Amino acid sequence: MEVFRPSSLYEALEVRAAHPQAIPIAGGTDLMVELNFGRRRPEAILDVSRLPELQVIGREDGRVTLGAGVTYARIIRELADHPALAQAARTVGSPQIRNRGTVGGNLGTASPAGDSLPVLAVYDAEVVAASTAGTRRIPWREFLVGPKRNALAPDELIVAVEWRQPDGPGSFSKVGTRNAMVIAIAGVSLQLDTAARRIRIALGSVGPTILRAPEAEAFGAGILDESGAWADPRAEVPADALGRFGELAAAAARPIDDIRGTAAYRRHACAVLARRALTWALDDRRLAAG
Amino acid sequence: MAVEARGVGLAGRAGRIGTSAARIDGLPKALGSFAYGSDLWEEGMLYGATVRSPHPSARIRSIDVAPALALPGVRRVLTAADLPARRRYGLEYEDQPVLAEGIVRYAGEPVAVLAADDPEQARAAVAAVRVEYEPLPAVTDMEAALRPDAPAVTEVGNVMRHVRIVHGDPDARADVWVEGYYEVGMQDQAPLGPEAGLAIPAPDGGVDLHVSTQWLHSDRRQIAPCVGLPEEKVRLHCAGVGGAFGAREDVSMHIHACLLALSLGRPVKMVYGREESFFGHVHRHPARIWARTGARRDGTLVSARVRLLLESGAYTSSSSVVLANACTFAAGPYEVPNALIEGTSVYTNNPPTGAMRGFGSVQVCFAHEAQMDKLAAALGMDPLELRLRNAVHTGSVLPTGQTIRGSAPGREVLERCAALPMPPDIPPTDRDRLTLPGGAGNVGRGEHIRRGVGLAFGYKNVAYSYGFDDSCEAAVRLERGIDGPVATIHTAAIEVGQGLHTVLAQIARTELGVDEVVVEQPDTEIGSGGSTSASRQTVMAGGAVATACATVRERLLARVVEALGPDAARGPLRLEDGRVFDGDVPLGGIDHFLDTPVEAREVFHHRPTTPLDERGQGENPHVMFIFGAMRAVVEVDEELGLARVVQLAGVQDVGKALNPRGVEGQIEGGAAQGLGLALLEEIQLRDGRIANASFTDYLLPTILDMPPVVSAVVEDPEPGVPYGAKGVGEGSTIVATAAIAAALRDATGRELNRVPVTPDELAGLAPARTSGGPAPIPDVPGPRAVLDYR
Repeated sequence: MEVFRPSSLYEALEVRAAHPQAIPIAGGTDLMVELNFGRRRPEAILDVSRLPELQVIGREDGRVTLGAGVTYARIIRELADHPALAQAARTVGSPQIRNRGTVGGNLGTASPAGDSLPVLAVYDAEVVAASTAGTRRIPWREFLVGPKRNALAPDELIVAVEWRQPDGPGSFSKVGTRNAMVIAIAGVSLQLDTAARRIRIALGSVGPTILRAPEAEAFGAGILDESGAWADPRAEVPADALGRFGELAAAAARPIDDIRGTAAYRRHACAVLARRALTWALDDRRLAAG
Repeated sequence: MAVEARGVGLAGRAGRIGTSAARIDGLPKALGSFAYGSDLWEEGMLYGATVRSPHPSARIRSIDVAPALALPGVRRVLTAADLPARRRYGLEYEDQPVLAEGIVRYAGEPVAVLAADDPEQARAAVAAVRVEYEPLPAVTDMEAALRPDAPAVTEVGNVMRHVRIVHGDPDARADVWVEGYYEVGMQDQAPLGPEAGLAIPAPDGGVDLHVSTQWLHSDRRQIAPCVGLPEEKVRLHCAGVGGAFGAREDVSMHIHACLLALSLGRPVKMVYGREESFFGHVHRHPARIWARTGARRDGTLVSARVRLLLESGAYTSSSSVVLANACTFAAGPYEVPNALIEGTSVYTNNPPTGAMRGFGSVQVCFAHEAQMDKLAAALGMDPLELRLRNAVHTGSVLPTGQTIRGSAPGREVLERCAALPMPPDIPPTDRDRLTLPGGAGNVGRGEHIRRGVGLAFGYKNVAYSYGFDDSCEAAVRLERGIDGPVATIHTAAIEVGQGLHTVLAQIARTELGVDEVVVEQPDTEIGSGGSTSASRQTVMAGGAVATACATVRERLLARVVEALGPDAARGPLRLEDGRVFDGDVPLGGIDHFLDTPVEAREVFHHRPTTPLDERGQGENPHVMFIFGAMRAVVEVDEELGLARVVQLAGVQDVGKALNPRGVEGQIEGGAAQGLGLALLEEIQLRDGRIANASFTDYLLPTILDMPPVVSAVVEDPEPGVPYGAKGVGEGSTIVATAAIAAALRDATGRELNRVPVTPDELAGLAPARTSGGPAPIPDVPGPRAVLDYR
């Protein structure tokens, strides 16, 4: 097996162009598992862990840039003002895995169980991809094209992911049978966009890819309108409406039975988690409003 | 020569029995310098690998090894056609092929083995061996296996053994009956150290095998005939063991590595990977249990009627004895004057099952304790009160007709358990969210949390039973060392991580009055140590070392008397602090009398046991018993069906705690393993194939799943064994699963009659398991294993 170890992004992109079969590796927390199980025997790997360009966390004009090589441990430490993303990072593996695993890995593997992906979905993030020909921004809705498939071209590398800093509370919750170090049976991320009076919700591990729940989003924004909660955080939103929001979110799930959980449980968990997530978001606004 | 893990003695300097002496293997393990079986290395060694069947049931049409042999570095491929001598082996019955002969009976069964220069070449060669299979119908359900039209899994059919225990009048009338059906899934021992060993051909035509195991001499008995050598030419040496829990009682890579090494004249190492390890050892028996329990209005038990099935999988392993244990303990540690217990062990095309910590008592404890809770509810009695009223004690007669002669402080164990402090009940909304059900998943802020409390009581035998009277041999040498007298202990009793070797050193320090003790690595140069299982080594190896030390002491004191003259001694002579005392008068250092070493070799036996007869009765089927009780406090997120155990409070009857911290560790470790079975750990089979052979999907408890354990021991000495000490390894495992299940029922009000309990069941999305009625009684020639009547 050939191992390329470039020390700059430009060098890495040249290797990528010349050897598109070389599998990029950063923390290795996905790829090494595949290797250990003998599921993959790549001819070559491209180590992107030493590229300084991928280690960036930038903030400018309300936009946030998160380098593809930033580890979950750093996200927890440095993006505490993004509770949903920090919570998602905290649910990833063990401390050792969080010290190695990167958000670029989640994007590259594009598994529906990637913990950071539902959050990036509700941030409506853009994925920054680069090749020797230049850089492009891939809108979130175009990035994940199927189970473990993304829109990356063979000569491109994921450099970063960008989004507009959310204005409003958000969260990520993940259900697994075990209390830590578990692959999600269902994951839910919710983000309130107070300025636009919108709610975004995304589901993980309950379909071939990350799923948004547009009906629930519209319904949720509507009940906040009706109750006056957008304008007045102290306004009560009726419990049955929150329950209906959860059910609509669950209706967007397309789960299957597998060894980790049943389809029925996954759908049920989505309903509960979505309802709780909206409830918490309203509680957090109420608390902030004093 | 091998540079690691060979004949290395571990030494410790302080701590007599009754103290929490530091582990002699503790520092090397903490520092990472301890050599495990997977660390073995020998100049010029080759790497072995195994070709396994992907089918649960198939005929092998052909095997073409040529493509594998054509690959670089591949030195040899062996199939059944190449076997030099005996072709089958087994722990109790020789029914397991060394390599599959014409038929495979489970997915994962070894079909060929090979050796190559490096592990990568060996793996490539495994993929290159072409095996043509004709899949056959597979029997993958234990009840289906008992149907008359089921395909026969083995030459003797699908019934492994049927045990029937008839006691008193099983039709006796009771005021209240409760009924239940219970299922236990297939748990794995999941030792962190995978199966590993290194076989080195010797100049005398024999072979030296360094291997991680639980019982060297049993391995050798099985290996020697299969490699065509007399036992004395098959020398086994224990390599560092990374956990066992029963998984290393059976042979895994042992015969394969020896065959490859002998046929090539080169050392061969075999180490299973994590995935292969799930195919490399037997698992805990899945069980289905139908129980009816009858009592008088006042709570006195009248009758226990139990029908149970254990799934043996494709081969026997220790299934015959696991079944006997499940049956003899099926009524629980209670006085039941009337009982009918009928158990069957069944062959299927699922992976073989065998020994695992608790050995049949875990499954039945889950059932008998659920029955006791149902009975308490039916009678309107306190569950603790009901158990105390019926608990056995010294003098009680068990369903086998055996009268308990030794220590049986069950009531005290229960009372102490109930009195252990409860955990603080901080409102869920005020707590660190990591301590809520769902843990790191951030699924709740304390909403919909229900707390439940459950209690379980259980018992089990120590050492082997039913007339299989094993022993342990020990050699002890006392000699002059650089800093004073040194005692060296040699046994074949295996340290699996539980602390046995530290306890043996403590015994030698106590008996010989020395500080420095060296415990040599076990090997077959000495007589059998028996298995490190059945909670037996504290009694057996401990007994052997104590006896050998006593002989060494006698011989040393004889020298003292000889040196000082018969009239010199006024008081009794004794050894302490490295010196010889005459009463309270020091006579000088022990060194002084060690111009030549003093040695002794002794074999320790326990009291004899007797087999079960046609009606499951016997004078003494078991030699002694340990009792355990556990109280579990759990919290359940009732909407999401997620659980977190808040506290486990366990009390164990140990006779005498030789190393209290070691006992505490065993209680905590056993509780963790029981928690795993209650909530997480199950080998999931799909049409006979393991669907979760990894630690990604076979979920072991993490530190966020495992709560603080509060524990205590009851020290009621067992007569006739050194220091009155019983075994300690299994007590908490037996009861933890049942206690947690009871607490989950208390929290949710649901039946939860299967473990591991799933989120679906806790959330009410999946109903309790039902059964079409008890399994039929099979037609068998007698009460022993069907293979005995072949």
